[in-house]
Amino acid sequence: MAEGSQYNFAYLDEQTKRMIRRALLKAVAIPGYQVPFASREMPMPYGWGTGGVQVTAAILTPDDTLKVIDQGADDTTNAVSIRAFFARTAGVATTTHTEAATVIQTRHRIPEAPLTDGQILVYQVPIPEPLRFLEPRETETRTMHALSEYGLMHVKLYEDIARHGEITTTYAYPVRVAERYVMDPSPIPKFDNPKMDNMAALQLFGAGREQRIYAIPPHTPVKSLDFEDHPFTVQAFAGKVCALCGATDTFLDEVVMDDKGGRMFTCSDTHHCEQRQQAAERAA
Amino acid sequence: MYVAVKGGEAAIEAAHTLLAARRRGPRDLPGMTLAQIVAQMAYAVDRAMAEGSLYDTELAALAIKQTGGEMIEAIFLLRAYRTTLPRFGVSRPIETGKMRLDRRISATFKDLPGGQRLGPTFDYTHRLLDFALAAEGEVPTPVRADRDAEPIPRVSDLLKGEGLVEPDGAATPHEPRDITREPLTYPLTRAERLQALARGDEGFLLGLGYSTQRGFGRNHPFAGEIRIGAVEVELDVPELGFAVALGEITVSECQMLNQFTGGGLTDDVPPQFTRGYGLVFGRQERKAMAMALLDKALRADEFGEARQAPAQDEEFVISHSDNIQASGFVEHLKLPHYVDFQAELDLVRRLRTEWEARQVKDAAE
Repeated sequence: MAEGSQYNFAYLDEQTKRMIRRALLKAVAIPGYQVPFASREMPMPYGWGTGGVQVTAAILTPDDTLKVIDQGADDTTNAVSIRAFFARTAGVATTTHTEAATVIQTRHRIPEAPLTDGQILVYQVPIPEPLRFLEPRETETRTMHALSEYGLMHVKLYEDIARHGEITTTYAYPVRVAERYVMDPSPIPKFDNPKMDNMAALQLFGAGREQRIYAIPPHTPVKSLDFEDHPFTVQAFAGKVCALCGATDTFLDEVVMDDKGGRMFTCSDTHHCEQRQQAAERAA
Repeated sequence: MYVAVKGGEAAIEAAHTLLAARRRGPRDLPGMTLAQIVAQMAYAVDRAMAEGSLYDTELAALAIKQTGGEMIEAIFLLRAYRTTLPRFGVSRPIETGKMRLDRRISATFKDLPGGQRLGPTFDYTHRLLDFALAAEGEVPTPVRADRDAEPIPRVSDLLKGEGLVEPDGAATPHEPRDITREPLTYPLTRAERLQALARGDEGFLLGLGYSTQRGFGRNHPFAGEIRIGAVEVELDVPELGFAVALGEITVSECQMLNQFTGGGLTDDVPPQFTRGYGLVFGRQERKAMAMALLDKALRADEFGEARQAPAQDEEFVISHSDNIQASGFVEHLKLPHYVDFQAELDLVRRLRTEWEARQVKDAAE
C-alpha cells in the first residue's frame, strides 16, 4: 500500500500471516487434509476468493511475481480486482505470463502450460469438503475422513453410472491425494484434474468462509476417483477448435454470437491462447 | 469480441465512481454528517456495531454513510476494519447487574424490586405515520427519572435465593475462545455459540427464534427480564494490579425463563426453570430476545432434549447465521462461472444426444 499506509505488507498483519503459515505447513505435511484456520474478514466478500487471497497474502514476498486468473483468464473482473489488491497492498510485480509468475492465484482453472518447480498455485475454494453434499454435517464428515470411510462417495459415483451410464460430475471432480485423503479440487473442470497429478509446483487451497486450508506438495500422486470398468475420462471438445489460436487440446469457452444458434469457441486460458497467436504470427 | 463478459480495470473504476455518486445523491442537498447519523439513525448504528462486532458509533456511522444505508455492506466495512485491529487484552466480564438502566421490564412478575421501566420503546406506539415529522415537527421534552441510587438486581438474581432457576454457574476460569481469532470447530462450547449469535444476522436469528415458538423445537419461554442500559468495561492491568475502566457501552440483555427440567423420579437435580441468554450491543432487544430463544434451543443436549428442529441444530444455525459469510457466498454467484457451466453444457448436450438416439431406436422397435 502507499507510503504511510495503515496496513501491513500484503494487507494481513504478521500474526495472522504466521497463523496461516502454520496451517499451510500442516497442510503440506498431510496432503489433502483440511486444516482449520482462523479465517479473517478480508476487504472483499466471502465467496469471492478470500481464502485464496489470505493464502497468497501469507506466502507473498516482495520479490514474488503474481498472476491472478479467474475462469482461466487474466482479464475477468474479479481477477483484475484481486491482482490490483496485491499490487496495491504488497507492491509486488504482477504478470499475465504463466511462466514468469512465482505465485498464481486461480479460480476454476489450472493453466494449460505445465507449471514448474518453485511455482506455487493458489486455488480459491468455495466448499472444501468433498463429502459436503453427501453429508452436510462437519462432525460427521470429519469422522469419515479420519476413518478413510469414502464408501458414500463411491456409491454416489456408482449411482451416476447406473442412471446415466457414466459419472456425471463435470467439475469439482473428487480426487484422492497420496492414496489417503479424498479431496475437492475446487470447481475446476475435470479436464484439469490430470494436471494436479505429480505436478511440479506446490498447490495450496484456501477456503475463507469455510475456514479451511489444504495442500498438495510437489510431485504428489493425485488420482481422480473412478471404477476399473468406468475409468476417469476428461472432456473432449470433439471437433471444436479455438477460433483465435486454433488449439484443439485446450479447455474451450463457448461464446454465443447471436440468437440464431451462432457459437464460437475460444481458449479459456487467455495467456496460453495469446502465446499461440503470437507464435503463429511470428511463424507467418 | 467478448469484451462484454470480461470487464477491465476501467470498467470497475467507472462503476465505483457511479456508486459514489449514487450514494451522495443530488449535490444540492447537504451531505449527512456522522454526528447526525449517530444521533438520529441510532438504531442503524447499533445494528452495524453489533453485527460488525465493533463498538464504535463514529465508525459505524461512517460505514452507514459510505454505503448509503446498505446495512450488510456497512457491517462488512466494520468487520473488515475490525479484523485488522490488534487484540490487546480481554476485559473483565461486564456486570449487567450493575447496568445504568434505560429500560427494564419483566413479563414474569407484575412488580419487582426496581420496578418495571419502559424507557424509550416502540412498544405501545401506534404504528401510524407521523406526517408532522415530515414537516420537521418538534418533539416534546421527555421527563427523565433520577439516576438509581443503587444498582437494580437482575430478575435471575432475585429468583436465585429459592433455587427455582438454573444458576449462572461459575465464570469460565480460562479465557473463552475468541471465534474471530480461532477457527470454529463443531461441536461448540456455549461461549463460542453465544459469540456467534451475538454477531449473527438479526433477521436470521429472528426467524429461527420464531420457529421455536411455532413448534419447531418446543421452547415455551417467558421473558424473565429485558434490560437495556450502559455498563462499564474494565480491563485488568497486571502491571497495576487492579482493573482500569475503559469506558461504557450500551447493551441489551434478555433472559428467557424456559420450561422447567429436573425433579423427575430419576433426576438428580430438583425441578427448576432453565434459561436462554441474549446479549447484544446497543438497543436491540428484538435481537436479544431471538438470541435467548436460540441459546435455549441450542442447549438441547444439555437438557437431554431430542434435537429435531432446525433451531436446535448447532451446525445448521451457527454455520448460516453470519450475514457477511452468507451474503458473500450468495452474491458470488454473480461472478463468472462459465468454465463450470461449459463443462455441464457439454455433458447435457451429450446426454441429450444419447437420449434422443434411444427414443428414435425405441420408436423404431
